[in-house]
Amino acid sequence: MMYTLLDAAVLRGGSAPVIHYVETDRPPVTVTADEFCAAVEATAAALYALGVRPRDLVVLAYTQNLESIFAFWGALRLGAIPSMFPTLTEKLDPDIYMRSMAELVRLSGVRAVLTTDAFAPRLAAVVGCDVFSSQALADAAAHGVPAPVYTPQPDEIAFLQHSSGTTGLQKGVALSHGAVLNQLDSYRDAVALDMHDVIVSWLPLYHDMGLIAGFMMPLTLGVPLVLMSPFDWVAHPALLLRAIHEYRGTLCWLPNFAYNHMARRIRQRDSDGLDLGSLRMVINCSEPVHDTSHRLFVERFAANGITLDQLKVSYAMAENTFAVTQTPVDQPARFDIVARAPLERERRAVPVAADDADAVVKVSCGPPIRGTSVRVLDADGQPLPERHVGELAVLSDCMLTGYYQRPDLNPFTPDGWYRTGDMGYMADGEVYIIGRIKDLIINAGKNVYPQDIEAIVNTVDGVRAGRAAAFGVYDEREGTELIAVVAEVATDEPDAQRQIAQRIKHTVAAQSTVTVSYVSLVDSQWLIKTSSGKINRAANRDKWLAERSAR
Amino acid sequence: MTDAANVRATLRAFILNDLIRDPDYPLADDEGIITGGLMDSFALAEFGVFVEKTYGVYIPDPDLTVARMDSLNLMVARVLRDL
Repeated sequence: MMYTLLDAAVLRGGSAPVIHYVETDRPPVTVTADEFCAAVEATAAALYALGVRPRDLVVLAYTQNLESIFAFWGALRLGAIPSMFPTLTEKLDPDIYMRSMAELVRLSGVRAVLTTDAFAPRLAAVVGCDVFSSQALADAAAHGVPAPVYTPQPDEIAFLQHSSGTTGLQKGVALSHGAVLNQLDSYRDAVALDMHDVIVSWLPLYHDMGLIAGFMMPLTLGVPLVLMSPFDWVAHPALLLRAIHEYRGTLCWLPNFAYNHMARRIRQRDSDGLDLGSLRMVINCSEPVHDTSHRLFVERFAANGITLDQLKVSYAMAENTFAVTQTPVDQPARFDIVARAPLERERRAVPVAADDADAVVKVSCGPPIRGTSVRVLDADGQPLPERHVGELAVLSDCMLTGYYQRPDLNPFTPDGWYRTGDMGYMADGEVYIIGRIKDLIINAGKNVYPQDIEAIVNTVDGVRAGRAAAFGVYDEREGTELIAVVAEVATDEPDAQRQIAQRIKHTVAAQSTVTVSYVSLVDSQWLIKTSSGKINRAANRDKWLAERSAR
Repeated sequence: MTDAANVRATLRAFILNDLIRDPDYPLADDEGIITGGLMDSFALAEFGVFVEKTYGVYIPDPDLTVARMDSLNLMVARVLRDL
């Protein structure tokens, strides 16, 4: 029986491999449970020697690698609260990255940031807390004594999952040991996980899908994990399929864009001869699921053993630790064929024949997992009947404790439900997602707040401050939303406009984790505002799409 | 046109139309396509597919990195090496 994450299978030791870390240009590294425990103990000892104590918040800002994994579990073992963070990449402006880290340290009371040797000195000069480099940890481990035994309580916060967004919008989702274990216990049953499974993941560990499904679950429950860096995978998508073939992977979680990316950008000779028939389930999660992406994937990799039956769906969020729903093991993801007009106008999902001119295919996310209930609410918070579209609310035994050090943000309704901000409906006990209440953009599995992008665009020379709208546009080829920006400018001179557009792309890339695909520069009459004078993203998006299709 | 000029023109058109989606973009030969934020590293995989399809040149994964393929100049040189 596990009471806290320190009862995890991986911490019991043994000679069995627990992680195979694979890379494009290096031989794989296999870590046994004994080696894992030794590395975790060494990190815990080093952190203790450096002054970190139980309940201190420790931010991990590494490139995804084994070191970041040991640091996470080392902090957990010590009783500190770890949180994985995106690393600094080539395209990001280091000053902006460090400023946002400094803000996080100040607002959340971070005790220490752990990062690479190369980055530590610069970060230490900016943030108001200790910064420990890899070398500092290694030195401290060499001279340290074992960290005192720490026995957490099940309701204590184990770690934080930081949401995306700039500092003002970013929230640390605080999860207790008990919540995480409840999620893992239910989700294990939902995917019928057993000791013969092998989980293969390229997902980032600062995101719920990567952190829980592709990291905490295998290590806690004792299932081997084959892991790689997301940066490596994005540039070399065949790496994932080679790993599945090589290690006989059985489970894999992917955001929708990944199906398109692999189908379109893996060269034939890189997939020839790979056997993917070991996969029990490939689970689509983290962004709206498109049937076309599944079909594209099956068509491309049928010769490798991929069938539609393997492709499943989960609806998940950090606030519920991870999964809310899951396609059952013994059925493929269901489809609901409904009429478009009532869905859009009356917010009702009315079934129609597949050949109806107005038919639209919705892919089911499956029923709620055990211990989690889902309701559909109207604007007044009242439950709606089946096939009526409203905001989804979740109640479970694996919900967040709260947002870390943000008592001003209460995520729950008075009766304890978490309002997700997602719009959807239920039919035959299964959940279907229609969209979002807010104008959130989901680009390649990443949540992107349009206001963050607009704030960056507003600083670009030539753009009228406060006169920009950012929104997502679904792209059939990519299987995800691309980011479009419409910005008001004073000039109509083509060369000047071109330079402004270029600056917008450069600046957004340097200051955020995304790239802008479309920039439209407009005059002062173009943008649609609400009655209160605010820029109406949805209306501007519709206008932009209409003009584009008219071209 | 020489081979080199042909390859450059073809790759430039590919970058502008397929990767950046802006045919009018004034791309400089040594401009960082990924480090400059015009595209994310998906472009590397897309480039690998395009070059194989167009020229029959297979660039192995370890060569498809930001450091080696960030600009038009680097891409052209890599294709010409194996053409």
